[in-house]
Amino acid sequence: MNTQSNTLLPHLFRSEYAKMTAVLCRHFGLQHMEIAEDIVSETFLKATEVWGINGTPENPVAWLYTVAKNRAKDYLKRQHLFDTRIKSALTTPEGYTETEVDFGPKTITDSQLAMIFAVCNPANSREAQICLALQILCGFSVEEIANAFLSKTETIKKRLLRARAVLREDNFQIRELHAAAISSRLEVVLKTLYLLFNEGYFSKTNNHLIRKDLCSEAIRLTLLLTENPLTNTRAANALLALMCFQSSRLDARAGLEGETILFEQQDKNLWSKELIEKGNYYLVNACSGNELSKYHLEAGIAYWHTTPTDTRKWEHILQLYNQLIVMTYSPATALNRTFAFAKVYGAEAGIKEALALQLTDSDDYYALLGYLFTGIDPEKAIGYYGQAITLTKSAAQKKTLEKEIARLREKKNGAI
Amino acid sequence: MKDFVLIFRNSENPHANPSPEELQERMNWMGGIAAQNKLADKGNRLSATQAKTVHPNDVVTDGPYTEIKEFISGYLIVKAANIEEAVELAKANPIFKTGGNIEVRAVLTPGDNS
Repeated sequence: MNTQSNTLLPHLFRSEYAKMTAVLCRHFGLQHMEIAEDIVSETFLKATEVWGINGTPENPVAWLYTVAKNRAKDYLKRQHLFDTRIKSALTTPEGYTETEVDFGPKTITDSQLAMIFAVCNPANSREAQICLALQILCGFSVEEIANAFLSKTETIKKRLLRARAVLREDNFQIRELHAAAISSRLEVVLKTLYLLFNEGYFSKTNNHLIRKDLCSEAIRLTLLLTENPLTNTRAANALLALMCFQSSRLDARAGLEGETILFEQQDKNLWSKELIEKGNYYLVNACSGNELSKYHLEAGIAYWHTTPTDTRKWEHILQLYNQLIVMTYSPATALNRTFAFAKVYGAEAGIKEALALQLTDSDDYYALLGYLFTGIDPEKAIGYYGQAITLTKSAAQKKTLEKEIARLREKKNGAI
Repeated sequence: MKDFVLIFRNSENPHANPSPEELQERMNWMGGIAAQNKLADKGNRLSATQAKTVHPNDVVTDGPYTEIKEFISGYLIVKAANIEEAVELAKANPIFKTGGNIEVRAVLTPGDNS
């Protein structure tokens, strides 16, 4: 194989696999998802063979679409022969039709949007939905998903198998996205995309590339939602704004060894102004009515984080966290709220609030206490950081905490 | 964990002209309880002016406060291990700065008629 197709194919696989599968699923029906995936996989296999011998075609994407289209046609022909000649009791795939598979831009967008709603099936667990989304909507391999979750490939495989069985049994129609399906599932869709993004942003893996990939895929899918009038809701805009604001700091928060750089120590010149502006744009869209979702509040918080520190900044952030924690409890929100509280009312008041949380099985809880005690009692701070290290499962977090302890020790020794 | 209703009583309408600082303090208090995952229901604020009391024989009077100088201005529900804990949560509320008070009452569950 020549070097050009060597790098081009993986790239195309990532960008086209999900699109092609979505279009074919729409054609064959969700029950026959495997047929669609087989056709797409075979198409890419053929590309490796043919491109390796003949060189890369002039328009690689069009080449892929044509081959997939012909394969689908062949499949349907065979299926038709089988049905009419053998008259088997097997049912024809739903959506069976003589017409050609259409890989036009509108069909691609519509199919992908419909696939998002098909994949976000509430009958599956959140984790299973994210795995499915990564595999079916983003073209991730089982190994890549396992890497992102720091799980064994076998675990992911099993999870995907079960989740796919649920999808097949579901009568979800991807041909046309109906208003009823949208209203009943949009919340689940937003939640899954939110978690997909968080999986990247707060990933357990140290691999910065995987994390960026997860984040940009989540943004791509959420962008699809805002491009269709049926799904362009205020909450969807708020979620997209949140993702843009958070992503603007992606490069600034990863250290050379993959460790997380704390917000205050980040080089603010590395923040992406373009993404911040996009975030502002979607946040304005999100706030054009009275709706207030948790994504609005989180986007609001992320917005304030992108602004320079003035005296009122943390008060705004704290009040948004107050609203958020009253709306939905989560340990992470509780800890972040306490951090903001300490920023406004000082470390001592913050410690009082923090100790009341009693999140004694959370590494972040001890990390927060360590941080709050830093200026008050360094010895206690080191102790809390140590407890956080024993609890953390993230290598990045561990590195960050060890750095802090070393810094405190150094300071202490310097003082003596 | 048991549910306790916190009933806020004031002699002046706390909803009329609260300062930004007062609002912030109230939200901080509620946020602090929610952060401990002890907020069962954020409850409601109750109007001081749109208020009537219905008596027997079709008698309707204005306001709840013709005979008492204190009126209920709102309520919320917390989760706590016991009434002592619920009382501790109530103590941090800024209502006391303006002369109000909080009544803490356990929500009865079936079979408990205490």
